[in-house]
Amino acid sequence: MSKNSTSGDSAAPQPIIKQGSQIIVDTLVEQGVEIIFGYLGGVVLPLFDKLYDAPIKFIIPRHEQGGCHMADGYARATGKVGVVVATSGPGATNLVTGLATAMMDSIPLVAITGQVRTDLIGNDAFQEADTTGITRPVTKHNVIVKDVRDLARTIREAFYIASSGRPGPVLIDIPVDMQIAECVHEPPSHVKLPGYKVRTKGHAKQIAMAAAAINVSKRPVVYAGGGVIISNASDELRKFAEKAHLPVTTTFLGLGAYDQNRPESLDMLGMHGSAYANYAVQESDLLIAVGSRFEDRVTGKLKTFASKAKIIHIDIDPASISKNVHVHIPVVGDAKAILSDLTKAVEYRDRTEWFDQIATWKEKYPFRYDDKGAEIKPQYVIEELCRLTKGEALIATGVGQHQMWAAQFYRYSHPRQFISSGGLGTMGFGLPAAIGAQLACPDATVIDIDGDSSFNMTLTELSTAVQYKLPIKICLLNNGYMGMVRQWQELFYGKRYSCSSLENPDFAKLADAFGAVGISVDKKEDVAAALEKMLAETGPCLVDFKVAREENVWPMVASGKSLHEMDGLDIFESMA
Amino acid sequence: MKHIISALVQNKPGVLAHVAGMFAARAFNIDSLAVGRTEDPELSRMTIVVIGDDRVVEQVRKQLAKIIPVVKVQDFAGKDVVAHDLLLLSVAATPEKRPEIVAVVEMFGAKVVDIGPKSVMVEICGPETKIEAFIDACRPYGIKDVVRTGTVAMGRQANIKVKIEK
Ligand SMILES: Cc1ncc(C[n+]2csc(CCOP(=O)(O)OP(=O)(O)O)c2C)c(N)n1
Ligand SMILES: [Mg+2]
Repeated sequence: MSKNSTSGDSAAPQPIIKQGSQIIVDTLVEQGVEIIFGYLGGVVLPLFDKLYDAPIKFIIPRHEQGGCHMADGYARATGKVGVVVATSGPGATNLVTGLATAMMDSIPLVAITGQVRTDLIGNDAFQEADTTGITRPVTKHNVIVKDVRDLARTIREAFYIASSGRPGPVLIDIPVDMQIAECVHEPPSHVKLPGYKVRTKGHAKQIAMAAAAINVSKRPVVYAGGGVIISNASDELRKFAEKAHLPVTTTFLGLGAYDQNRPESLDMLGMHGSAYANYAVQESDLLIAVGSRFEDRVTGKLKTFASKAKIIHIDIDPASISKNVHVHIPVVGDAKAILSDLTKAVEYRDRTEWFDQIATWKEKYPFRYDDKGAEIKPQYVIEELCRLTKGEALIATGVGQHQMWAAQFYRYSHPRQFISSGGLGTMGFGLPAAIGAQLACPDATVIDIDGDSSFNMTLTELSTAVQYKLPIKICLLNNGYMGMVRQWQELFYGKRYSCSSLENPDFAKLADAFGAVGISVDKKEDVAAALEKMLAETGPCLVDFKVAREENVWPMVASGKSLHEMDGLDIFESMA
Repeated sequence: MKHIISALVQNKPGVLAHVAGMFAARAFNIDSLAVGRTEDPELSRMTIVVIGDDRVVEQVRKQLAKIIPVVKVQDFAGKDVVAHDLLLLSVAATPEKRPEIVAVVEMFGAKVVDIGPKSVMVEICGPETKIEAFIDACRPYGIKDVVRTGTVAMGRQANIKVKIEK
């Protein structure tokens, strides 16, 4: 058996015979993998044996779902491919939620699963599951390797597919005998995928048409999505908006793509977006969508969405274009390249009237909450957190009201600063994603703003944070409810709170039992001090804020309503 | 409206499942699906008949193209194509009725491919309208079984050709 070798060997002129498991490890190293998240099991033992002395950091979550979200958080924080490993059967099925989460938000992951021996496949062997069958709809691509000679190439292709074009998770299913079999480890060669083409540069004619439309537009709005972050195009977006003088709203996943402290920022649009963003989109004569996909939570009722506007859509995925709304000027390609070309072709316009109108809306309807009472308002906790971290922390979240408040009340200025499951809305994402992000950015302040129910789903990963001494912070906005569900029950089901409250553990004690620091806060006047203490901690720390139980997220575009038909604006005005 | 979509796919395990799964997941309506080898051993061709308006069919085309082992997708709508189905049909035919049935078969340019004591098997190939008309014509005699391939199609001018890098 060959000794453990590193990527250097693959360039050696002599053909090197290696075991499949060694080829996996060496190819991962060759692909620049520094960290892997994963869990053991019978059919991945050959691989783990080779990982034992590989130059790769290995993080063991407490559950494969957690491992997959960690790889996802790592990928979102860096733009690099996150790697997760699991065993066959239950190990692989535990990845499904994590893969679907990454798929919906276009996050580059490579998942490696063990599989039963090739001669057992199809026989209902112990821990056999049809992993490629189960994961096909939740991956960008997946393959099972049935010949050890395909292994290195398949892994290289997986990294290429995961990270290029519209990124996404790719799963490689590797039967255990393929990990043991030996073959020559071929050096990397040109990836040959005849059915996979990535278009980077936008069509010059389309760009010229877009520029012409922008130059004559009186009420333009840029609507930027997660694609801007994925393509590292934030600088290009800023230069573009600056040069052409355009207001910019972002989607939930686009938060951080445009500095929210800039005056032309309209913050987030959509169901719980700002009134000024939603009004601006509805009144616009030109909507410039960049790396966004017109999801229903963004558009509200499709028929009335931006109905006065011509629509330009810049996206790398041709299938996103005209999927939900009719697009007048599509530009297919990478946002970074297209924005930079487009910037050259646009001209500055004053648009005083339009910016004045927007300023009026901004003044009239800022995000607000009623802070007169004695209770701790969740929005207040986030505002304080933003103040104390100077808006520079990396924020992960669960799913629910707290997630929306984290989007509304923290001010994001950098891409990759906000890490949240937008498309799938996966409760339990926050803690493991924060762990992955902290591993990616050891010096960053990483904070999981979480809800009590979301946190309950994956809280076992606190143990992982403690084991690897990761100084993540958890701000639990504990309302003792599945708050977002309760809000819908309040508004649409006559306040019948069916099954939406949980009996929670004492979270501070629980953190303590895990070996983290736990703090409990139930008075408003203690909030700032608790946050300061939390931020000063050098290890993992959880603060359980007992917040107002029946607070609602406003404004809200109820399902089926038009984007400008927001509920809660009267509440805003009464608070003014 | 029916559209004929032709897709060249790599000959890899799982491609059919992927295509079928995508149709199901996105609630697209498949009318028929025919898969066969091409002159290139690394490629197969799928001919898919889908029902939907132009928007739906545009999505079908784009979503198909997104599948990694799908190499090329073409929508034949508005193109000059030859689109044929193959049908095997078994029709009840006592020796007395046979001449009458054979006359119908000949009228349609179909072919008797098997004769049993109580039935004959007929093969017919052609556009869907012709196939449907033939089935209607056989119905009064008593149809025992029908097997259809689904449509295959080829553009009259130039069908899509892709040379795969070797
Ligand atoms: C895995 C999963 N299951 C169910 C849901 C549906 N859901 C959305 S928000 C929510 C409640 C979240 O409660 P909590 O985490 O306490 O956050 P809050 O809304 O109270 O801030 C539920 C059940 C979901 N998004 N994800
Ligand atoms: Mg809650």
